[in-house]
Amino acid sequence: MIAAIAFYLFAAVVLLSGAMTITSRNPVHSVLWLILAFFNAAGLMLLCGAEFIAMLLIIVYVGAVAVLFLFVVMMLDIDFAELRAGFVRYAMIGLAFAVLLAAEVVIALLGWSAGGLKLDQRIAPTPDKMSNIEAIGHLLYSHYLFVFEGAGLVLLVAMIGAIVLTHRARGGVKGQKISRQVARRPQDATRNMQPPVGQGVEL
Amino acid sequence: MDWIASLQATLPELVLSVGALALMLVAAWGGQGSTRAVSWTAVAVLLGAGIALAGPASYAGVVFDGLYRADAFAAFAKVLIYVAAAVSIVIAPRFFARGDGDSLHPEYPVLILLSAAGMGMMVSAGDLLTLYVGLELQSLAAYVLASFMRRDQRSAEAGLKYFVLGALASGILLYGISLVYGFSGTTLFTDIATAYGAGKSLGLTFGLVFVFAGLAFKMSAVPFHMWTPDVYEGAPTPVTAFFASAPKVAAVALAVRVAIEAMGPAVAEWRQIVIFASLASIIFGAVAAIGQKNVKRLLAYSSINNVGFLLVGLAAGTQEGVSSVLIYLTIYVAMTLGGFLIVLQMRDAEGNPVETIDSLSGMSETRPGLAAAMAVFMFSLAGIPPLLGFFAKLAVFQAAVDAGLFPLAVVGFVASVIGAYYYLRIVKVMYFDSPAPAFQRSNALVEYGLITVLALFISPVGWFALKPLGVATMAAAKALF
Repeated sequence: MIAAIAFYLFAAVVLLSGAMTITSRNPVHSVLWLILAFFNAAGLMLLCGAEFIAMLLIIVYVGAVAVLFLFVVMMLDIDFAELRAGFVRYAMIGLAFAVLLAAEVVIALLGWSAGGLKLDQRIAPTPDKMSNIEAIGHLLYSHYLFVFEGAGLVLLVAMIGAIVLTHRARGGVKGQKISRQVARRPQDATRNMQPPVGQGVEL
Repeated sequence: MDWIASLQATLPELVLSVGALALMLVAAWGGQGSTRAVSWTAVAVLLGAGIALAGPASYAGVVFDGLYRADAFAAFAKVLIYVAAAVSIVIAPRFFARGDGDSLHPEYPVLILLSAAGMGMMVSAGDLLTLYVGLELQSLAAYVLASFMRRDQRSAEAGLKYFVLGALASGILLYGISLVYGFSGTTLFTDIATAYGAGKSLGLTFGLVFVFAGLAFKMSAVPFHMWTPDVYEGAPTPVTAFFASAPKVAAVALAVRVAIEAMGPAVAEWRQIVIFASLASIIFGAVAAIGQKNVKRLLAYSSINNVGFLLVGLAAGTQEGVSSVLIYLTIYVAMTLGGFLIVLQMRDAEGNPVETIDSLSGMSETRPGLAAAMAVFMFSLAGIPPLLGFFAKLAVFQAAVDAGLFPLAVVGFVASVIGAYYYLRIVKVMYFDSPAPAFQRSNALVEYGLITVLALFISPVGWFALKPLGVATMAAAKALF
């Protein structure tokens, strides 16, 4: 009963916030609606027992991707009127894609009678009495350890590459020297003055 | 699973990654000044990884639950990869020292080490995941290396082009991998082979086609070769030498492993693809090279052409075929590295690199030694008999004929005559044209030494190496069957 209520709640909010994402005029609001949609989608995933994907949605999509979007939207000076100017030009292509997506929806709905996915018949089922986060952890850090470490190296190469290609030592930059700041005493930097009345301070 | 045994079998990759991490720290603290030390230490690390190959890494067999294969085939390919990587580290400092503005950073050897670790994963892959992660590790480092000269427009263009097309190829490969996984239910090569053996399936065939398309891109086989001339021309010459040797070895060895181990039962399906790519590469590589004016572009087309010959050996699909591929790879790496080492010596009086073929004219009078070495490499690439390049071509054609692919061998042989034209043209330009301004002389003893060693290896002196090479490649090929 509670699961059903939660499902309808999450599903309704996902649909609503999805619609708001594409209809709201302010792009910042769009991103915020998108984040709400992600949160509720994560709730749906929790309901069907895929807690790993639920956490992934929140950590990766909300935590990184959506926040990045938000930064981009806020920082960049995007002229949305100009972006929309191409609407007529690309209307046909857009329409074609819309038809394609609509066709996919129809096909998916036709598959309705096939019944639900038989998750217990998949090729690599999760072991009994183990949540799927635990199962993934077991695989990732034992069976696939070698590949996991390799993936770590790939990320390291990406980091090194980004620095090699973009970093340049700039002259004339004032770096912070903490030791000098700490060593500075009040008497070096401040002076006690007693200015006579009506004359102002002489620096 | 026995962790100690697994780690021992992967010792070369461990040495390379730990070495790369340590050198990265040295580079981070030492800065620009540490470049020289980092470079030579990186060569030592590669040597260490090579020594580690003598241990369980060459015979331990399947470790990490089948993800990794430590066998003679992988060990043979790794030796070639490490040698090529070491050479491209050694030749870099002098190239960058005389360039304008863009100096060599200590990250260069580190990236080559990481790339070598990725290539090691590729040739040792026993699973589609290892294959993909290794491939990405190698490619990602290669993209950065291609645009290492940031201020040079062509270098930046090369990096960008390589990156975009490489990402596309990775996508194609992944699509194939996902199809293969979806229809076979596993990513392990052995189990995939069982699935292919069980019967025909449209999904599996589609997956095979996409996987081979992705691999063909990494090998730069026609019709997925378009990036090669631009990237080879734009990238800094030591990096180009690296691209033309080590990653090529890794990609070809990987393709051989996938074809034989994972898709062996589907030989009829992939043979068509390999034969088409092979003939197209041989013919296109030969014809398109004729009009080239830039030596690096010419060598790029030459590498496309050579991949075609390598694929002739793979098309045979037999143990002799795999062995001939390895023989060809060894000799090809020597010839290509030699060619690029000579391109490195091409500097005008101010020390700026020149790359036109015209600048080679009359080199026999101005630099007789270099011209002779270049002539050896070119004759060998053309497959003229007393040199080792001939025996390489002989080996792959022999394997193809033995496997009953007589038409393939004939067409390949005829097309290699077209290819000979442009190799011989360089020799003609060097020996019979009136001299152009001489190249700047230098006292790069290491490079001259390397050129001498490679030229001697290619020359009839190398005949002594042929027999042990044949034995070693047969032993390596046996690991796959």
